[in-house]
Amino acid sequence: MIEFELHSPNSLAEAFSLLETYGEDARVMAGGTALVLQMKQRLAQPGHVISLRRVGGLNRIEESANGSAGLKIGALCAQQQVATSPLVKTKLPLVAETYQHVATPRIRYMASVGGGLVHGDPSQDPPPSLIALGASLTLTSASGQRVVSMEDFLIDYYETDVQPGEILTDIFIPSAPAGSGAAYLKFLPRTADDYATVAVAAVVTPGPGNVCQDVRIALGAVGTTAIHATQAEEILLGRPLTEENIRAASASVKDVVDPLDDYRGSADYKREMAEVFTRRAIQQALANAGR
Amino acid sequence: MNQSINLKVNGTNHEIEVPAQRLLVDCLRYDLGLTGTKEGCSVGVCGACTVLVNGEMSASCLTLAAAVDGAEITTIEGLAQDGRLHPVQQSFIDHGGFQCGICTPGQVMAAKALLDVNPNPTEQEIREWMMGNLCRCTGYYKILESIVKAIGPTQEARK
Repeated sequence: MIEFELHSPNSLAEAFSLLETYGEDARVMAGGTALVLQMKQRLAQPGHVISLRRVGGLNRIEESANGSAGLKIGALCAQQQVATSPLVKTKLPLVAETYQHVATPRIRYMASVGGGLVHGDPSQDPPPSLIALGASLTLTSASGQRVVSMEDFLIDYYETDVQPGEILTDIFIPSAPAGSGAAYLKFLPRTADDYATVAVAAVVTPGPGNVCQDVRIALGAVGTTAIHATQAEEILLGRPLTEENIRAASASVKDVVDPLDDYRGSADYKREMAEVFTRRAIQQALANAGR
Repeated sequence: MNQSINLKVNGTNHEIEVPAQRLLVDCLRYDLGLTGTKEGCSVGVCGACTVLVNGEMSASCLTLAAAVDGAEITTIEGLAQDGRLHPVQQSFIDHGGFQCGICTPGQVMAAKALLDVNPNPTEQEIREWMMGNLCRCTGYYKILESIVKAIGPTQEARK
């Protein structure tokens, strides 16, 4: 393991001041499951680690106060907290279900929601569901706050839109549209705790005459970031949710995914599975809409 | 640079000097001599190093000791009370819940953590919870049986 200095500020203000002092030589740590591993493997070699463990007020899950329906989730909430929260299960069942797929219970107790998102690993479970629900992230710095959509936040392989001096402080997830159904499907040919070979989240709202009123589809593990499948959405929007249209929409994701060959499958196989699992996710979301 | 930290391990307070990069598993094993906690994969996957930090499961191989300064830690050495094994430990012995034994401390700690939050889990809930604890001897059926059989006595012990 590399050598570094550990700082444990008691407030965000102290953390910003440390970030200002140490600049690019500092890394922020929440649960540590990603950063400690990267430091062990020497993929990250910061001289200073700023632990947020003592910073209070960022581990709450609450109903939005700004008028728009949804939940505000503090960035330091443990992923297990989100997976098991009665409030999340009631208001955003897709989110609770998605977090139940992350790694193992032990890792979910350690890893935070915000830490996972800033890690920027394209194979993680939450981003596709958060994109499909239209989530947005609040980045706070000493000079203020800005809000970024989940999809714009993810820039490239392990690269996010966090700027120097910024800390992700909370995530806002809007409620799914009235009458919609949602699904998150994770294709796991190997073991239950593995990363997905392909993962798909879909939120679909069928209207009168089975016409698609609203649809959001996003994929994980098949590109350098989670992918918002806007082409597939355009094929469905305003059209009847027939088997034929669903098949056409699903086929379109093959042109937007860019998977890698690895031991979870060849790139060609993953591209085929992206189509198959997109179709199944749309169908599952529709079946859930009837409930 | 060393820093002074306080850990309450199995009910005993320890003030320890550690460098920032000291992992909790190494702190327990080398600084405190508590070698019951094992290091397996070192990447948070196998579950051998499972301990409880403030009552919650934690991979001690991915936890910086200095980052949990002030925490209460429970290891396998802290489960027996007054010379009596914890019901989960006793059940692993009674039902052959281990073969080579290296994964056992982690299995027992994970099982205890499950019964702490869910005293009456279904077999499916046990399987899902324990999926992060690997047994290289593949003795999973006996581990599952040990936990299922521990459910009764644990509830008895709590009355």
